[in-house]
Amino acid sequence: MGNWIINHGLSAFILVVWMGINIFLFVYYYLFYDQGPQFEYTRELLGSALPWARAPAAVLNFNCMLILLPVCRNLLSLLRGSFICCGRTMRKQLDKNLTFHKLVAYMIALMTAVHTVAHLLNAEWYTNSFQGQYGPLAGNLSMLDDSSELKTTYLNPVRSNSTTPTLLVFTTIAGLTGVVITLALILMITSSMEVIRRSYYEVFWYTHHLFIIFFAGLVFHGAGRIVRSQQVTDPPHNTSFCEDQPENWGKNPECPIPQFAGGFPQTWMWVIGPMIIYLCERLLRFIRYMQPVSYRKIVIRPSKVLELQLVKPGFKMAVGQYVFLNCPAISQLEWHPFTMTSAPEEDFFSVHIRSVGDWTEDLIKMVENLPEGGQGPKMAVDGPFGTASEDVFDYEVSMLVGAGIGVTPFASILKSIWYKFKDSDPKLRTKRIYFYWLCRETYAFEWFADLLQVLEKEMEERGMRDFLTYKLYLTGWDQSHVNHAMVHFDKDTDIITGLKQKTSYGRPNWDKEFEQVRQENPSSVVGTFLCGPQALAKDLEKKCVKYSEVDPRKTKFYFNKENF
Amino acid sequence: MGKIEWAMWANEQSLAAGLIYATGGIVGVAGQFRGWQFAAFGIAAGVFVCLLEYPRSKRGKGTSVERTGQYCFTVCVNAFGPLTRNYYVRAFLHAALCVPGGFMLATVLGCVCLGIASLIYLSAAIHGEHWEPILPRTEPPKRVGDSIKEPPQNPPPRPPPELRRKKADKLETAAYDNPMSVTVNE
Repeated sequence: MGNWIINHGLSAFILVVWMGINIFLFVYYYLFYDQGPQFEYTRELLGSALPWARAPAAVLNFNCMLILLPVCRNLLSLLRGSFICCGRTMRKQLDKNLTFHKLVAYMIALMTAVHTVAHLLNAEWYTNSFQGQYGPLAGNLSMLDDSSELKTTYLNPVRSNSTTPTLLVFTTIAGLTGVVITLALILMITSSMEVIRRSYYEVFWYTHHLFIIFFAGLVFHGAGRIVRSQQVTDPPHNTSFCEDQPENWGKNPECPIPQFAGGFPQTWMWVIGPMIIYLCERLLRFIRYMQPVSYRKIVIRPSKVLELQLVKPGFKMAVGQYVFLNCPAISQLEWHPFTMTSAPEEDFFSVHIRSVGDWTEDLIKMVENLPEGGQGPKMAVDGPFGTASEDVFDYEVSMLVGAGIGVTPFASILKSIWYKFKDSDPKLRTKRIYFYWLCRETYAFEWFADLLQVLEKEMEERGMRDFLTYKLYLTGWDQSHVNHAMVHFDKDTDIITGLKQKTSYGRPNWDKEFEQVRQENPSSVVGTFLCGPQALAKDLEKKCVKYSEVDPRKTKFYFNKENF
Repeated sequence: MGKIEWAMWANEQSLAAGLIYATGGIVGVAGQFRGWQFAAFGIAAGVFVCLLEYPRSKRGKGTSVERTGQYCFTVCVNAFGPLTRNYYVRAFLHAALCVPGGFMLATVLGCVCLGIASLIYLSAAIHGEHWEPILPRTEPPKRVGDSIKEPPQNPPPRPPPELRRKKADKLETAAYDNPMSVTVNE
C-alpha cells in the first residue's frame, strides 16, 4: 500500500484535482444558465437544453486549453530541469504526459457529444418557437427583430419561416465552425486508435495535424454571439410580472420591450496561451532541427542493429534519457524516439537502432551504402527527454532487471556506473550491482552482450569480480538450444553470448535470487529497478515486500518502477 | 506513406460513423424533430453499419488484433461472401446509406463521417485490399502413424547371446558400455 502511494499517489491526486475542476465547471455553468435571470426568456424558448449545451462548453474550454500542454516536450524538459529541487515524484509525473493528453482528449470527445446533442435540440426548438408551436410568450419573443425604428433586438436566431435547423446551423458562424471542428475531431480520434497508431504511425501523425483546423474553428466558434442574454433596460423589465402579458410590452410602462445582446466570445481567452506555447515548441523543434549534428562513428552491429555515435555542440544528457531523431532524407516530418545507450561521462551520445519499421529500415539501408569512413545522412536531434534515472547511484546495492528491449537504458546506466567507479566519483554509492537480463532471444542484442564482455574483462583486470554480477535468462529456448548446450557444456564461456557467466534458460526464480542477494548483503538497502512488462513489475514488487525486514540491521528492498 | 492498409482506418472511421449516425437518429426520434423519419432511418443504418464493421479484417501483413467478442460477428459477416469481402461493395453501400442522413440536422454529422469512411474504403479497394475473416486456427492434432498402435513384431537388435551378458569380471569383452554413468554418486 505504501509503495502504491509512493508510486501512484501524485498521479491519482492530479487526476482528482483535474476531475474536480471539470465537475465544478460543469455544475457552475449549468446553474448559471439554468437559473440566471438574464436567461429566463432564452429558457422559455429552449428549456433545459440551454444549460445542457453551455455547461459542456465550459468544460470544453478548460480541456482544450489543457490538451496542447502535455505535448510540448521541450516545455516539459524545461519544467523538469527547474523541478530538481522538488523531488523525483514531481518530475516523474511529467513522463506521463501522453496518458494525460489522451485522457483530456477523451473528455473533449465526451463533452463534444453532449454539447452537440444539446445544440441539435436547441436548433430544433428555436425553429419550433419561431413557428409558434410553444405558445404566445415564445412566439412573441421570437418575433422580436433587430430593428432600430422599433427599438427591438432579437432573441431567436431563427428569423424567418423558411429556416430549418439545418439551414440555421450552416448559415451561422457557430454552426458552421461547430460542424467543421467536430468532423476534424472525429477524424483525429479514429486515426489515433492504438491499432492505427502502432501500425501506420504516418497516418496518425499527418491526420492529427487537423488540430490546426480544430483550434482555428474553436476560436471563431463564438464570434457570432448566438447565445443571447437579456440586458437591463431603463425602466427595468420585470420578467416574472411581464411574462404573462407579452402583448402589453412597450405599451405598459412597467414592461418595456426586453432587449437582448449576445455574449462576448470567451474561448479564445482560454486557448490563446497554450496555442502560443505550442507554436514556440514547434519553432524550437525547428531550431533544433537546424543545429548541426556530426557523426563520430557508425557501426553496423549483428542482427541489423545500427549504432550511431553522434556529437552535437551543447548537448548534455543524463542516464536513461531518450532523444528524437529526424532524418530529412528519409522523411521531412517524422521524428522518432530512441533511448540513448551512452553514458553522460562520454563526449558523444549514442543510440542503437533496430530495424522495426519503414524509417529504421530506410536508415539502415542508407548507412550500409555509405563509403568507408564517410559521414552519415544529415540528422536532426531533439532532446534529451525523460526523467533521468539518477536514483540508481544512490543505493549501496542495486538490482537491475531489464526485459527485452528494456535492456537499452541499462546500457547507459551500466556504462555510467563503470565510469563513476573508475573516477571514484563520490556521488556513486553503489558497491554491488546485480543485473538480470531477460529476453526471448538474443537477436538484436548482441551489442549488449559485447558491452557486458568489455565490463567483465575490465573488472577482472582490476580484480573486482564481485562488483557486477549479471545473469542472463533466455526465455525463448527450445530443444535445439538444449542440444547445443549439452554438447558444449564444458566450455569456459557461454555458447550464446560468449560471456563467462552462463546463460540460464527460462524465467528466473525470483525467490532464489532475492534470497541470494539478501544473504550476500546482510545489512544493506537494496534498490530494485525494472524496465520491462507490467506483470513482471507486480511480481518484483511483491518480492521486494516479502524479503524486506523492518529491522534496520537486516536487508531492505525498495522497488522503483521505471518507465524509461 | 508506407505499407498502409487503408481498410484498417476505414474500419475505425465507419464504426465511429455508425455510432454517430445512430446517436443522431436517436436524438431526432426522441425529440420528435421534423423529419424524424430520416432519423429513424439513421438509427437503423447506424446499427447496421456498426454490426457490419465490428469484426476486424485479418491484416495482409502482421498480426491482427481482434475486437472483444467479434467471433460471432465474423461468422455472420463471412456468410455473405463476396458482398462483404469486396471493399468496392462496402464503399458503395456506405455512400448509399449516408445520403438520407443529409436531409436532417441530427444525422448530418453521421452522414458526413460515413461518407468519408466510404471514400477511404474506395481507396482501400483501389489498392486491392479485401476483407478476410479472423478465424481461430485449428491445428491438426499430431498425427502418429497407425503402426504405433500395433505391438512390435520383431525384438530390438541385440548382439549374440554370448556377448550379451556383461559379467562384472569380464567388462572388457562386454558388448556395450554404459555411455553415461548410471550410478548416483559417480
